[in-house]
Amino acid sequence: MTELVATTPGLFPLPDWAKDELSDLKGHQKGDLIAGDEGPEVVDAYDRARTEVVDAQVDAGLDRIVEGQLRWDDMLAHPLTIHENVETGGIVRYYDNNNFYRDPQVRGELTPSGDVAAELEAVGADAPQAVLPGPYSLADLATDEYYGDEADFLDAVADFLAGEVGSFPAHETLFLLEPSLVENPPDDDTDERASAAIDRVAGATDADVVVHTYWGAVPEKTYAHLMDADVDAIGFDFVTETEDALYNINEYGTKEQVALGLVDGGNTLVESPETIRDRVEWVDERTHTDFDRAYITSNTELFYLPVNKFEDKLRALGDAAALAEVDA
Amino acid sequence: MSNREQFRPGDHPNEHFLLTSIVGSYPKPKWLNRAADLADDPESKFTDDHVHEAHDDACRVIVDEHERTGLDTVSDGEMRRNEMVEFFADRIDGYEFNGPVKVWGHNYFDKPSVVDDVEYGESWLVEEFEFTNAAASKPVKVPITGPYTLASWSFNEAYDDDADLSYALADLVNEEIEALVEAGARYIQIDEPALATTPDDHAIVGECLDRIVANIPDEVRIGLHVCYGDYSRIYPELLEYPIDEFDVELCNGDYEQIDVFTDPEFTTDLALGVVDVHTTDVESVEEIKENIKEGFKIVPPERLTVSPDCGVKLLPREVARQKIENMVTATREVEAELDAGEIDLGPEVSAD
Repeated sequence: MTELVATTPGLFPLPDWAKDELSDLKGHQKGDLIAGDEGPEVVDAYDRARTEVVDAQVDAGLDRIVEGQLRWDDMLAHPLTIHENVETGGIVRYYDNNNFYRDPQVRGELTPSGDVAAELEAVGADAPQAVLPGPYSLADLATDEYYGDEADFLDAVADFLAGEVGSFPAHETLFLLEPSLVENPPDDDTDERASAAIDRVAGATDADVVVHTYWGAVPEKTYAHLMDADVDAIGFDFVTETEDALYNINEYGTKEQVALGLVDGGNTLVESPETIRDRVEWVDERTHTDFDRAYITSNTELFYLPVNKFEDKLRALGDAAALAEVDA
Repeated sequence: MSNREQFRPGDHPNEHFLLTSIVGSYPKPKWLNRAADLADDPESKFTDDHVHEAHDDACRVIVDEHERTGLDTVSDGEMRRNEMVEFFADRIDGYEFNGPVKVWGHNYFDKPSVVDDVEYGESWLVEEFEFTNAAASKPVKVPITGPYTLASWSFNEAYDDDADLSYALADLVNEEIEALVEAGARYIQIDEPALATTPDDHAIVGECLDRIVANIPDEVRIGLHVCYGDYSRIYPELLEYPIDEFDVELCNGDYEQIDVFTDPEFTTDLALGVVDVHTTDVESVEEIKENIKEGFKIVPPERLTVSPDCGVKLLPREVARQKIENMVTATREVEAELDAGEIDLGPEVSAD
């Protein structure tokens, strides 16, 4: 029987009061964004906002609690844009969205910073889940001005992320978000290296590691290599695309655990718990694997949503897992 | 017969006529924002009526400012509009607002949701046009956010896909343009910045434009504004669009993409951005004249419109005014030089 675990990939919208308060405290320009050295008033505002989104997850009955990544002004590029050896360039488009982040230009060695570990320390809830960009996506979002070689740079980013994970407090699960595996997949020579990089980051924790992919399915060759990484689950976006994801699972197999992106992180239409449960069954009927555990989650980060719909979606995920448990 | 001659002023000094225009937005006077804030404050004595009066005043001021720069076609600088999607979504049945979402950093917008079939509710722009037209002595250009952008920059809860939503919205835009034409509008610009984000959807935009121009008389000039894109991905397909004019920013990119539009031959009119709206440095008249001449690589003078790259609302007001004033001066000087035969147009685009 499959254990259903309700969770999210993190990167939440700021509560509306925090949008206003932090806009006033920080400003609206490129140079006003988080650099990792924010003053006490800004720290305090984020602390209060973090408490609010942690409570919202607990109240919604989620089985894993994320920090919310509310400080991540540059979304998945955050771990680099705050780094002392990284300069931020112009504002660039965040994948295929009407969102933008500062181009992280790596100009020195990527030594561990401890920034994300400090956030995770502040969560103070049971069953914390850490969230990081996967090494392939983080390297893809950045500009290398130091390592000089694409392969060396990917390795350096993987070592950097492994170092960050090494300083994390105890956590139940680590989600590595890898949308670039779909949006800008590795070429034939890089497939294996991308998988090895993920493996290296995953090796830095004893927690369960989920490599979550979204905005479609990864190409089959990339997927086949991804299966070589020693991770506990691969995450699939069943909102954007179903056939290719099913094909990958049925053709190449998948891990004993799985993450199912069943709730649309980019649309305000709120799925009912029954709809989510139906989707779990739909996937189950079409795959030949008996999963030990299925993480049920939104396909993407949730910062695309207004706060009321974001909270509704958390509740729907929590309720869906509870419903299924009763039914089982 | 082109519909551009109707915009030639009676006292135009030159034989050649390069139509000068704006893209849309203009910096709001500080007092207008202050008045709007006060009306939101229950402690103040400002009411919505006061804000309405302030909007009227601002509209007159900006029309006058446009006319003093010498522009051939003017607008109210979108003084009554808050944001290019919100303003329209607020007036279309089927939309709802749930709160702000992030664009970047601490910049947000009230991204609306389409929760039901979209329908034409209250009028969008007719009142704005009638007021501006009465305040202006020059022809008024009316910018409208296009259906593809209205769809793409909303959450779609009600339609099967964004294409279906775009087509439904295109029918409403068509209805609005009919009302504007009835009220006397002769120059309409459809703004589709979302096309630059997802250029593979150029056919959806084409289908939208077919619906938009249905039954609109030929003398009404229809422009399409797109900005900050990779145009090789929508060219030459855009030549199929039923428009009179394609309006594009290229100054910001230092005209690197100019060659995209030369092969195959550009067959519609070009409205070319000749001042950059993302720098507060005011381009000199000489510099702008060179930018205008970039346009002659694509079209002959009688098919070139001259405008800023995009809306100028993010510039300080005085910088915006100076840029437009220099733009008009540069245009008139280029026209005079064309009249005198001092500009070599090259073999491909000679004015016949």
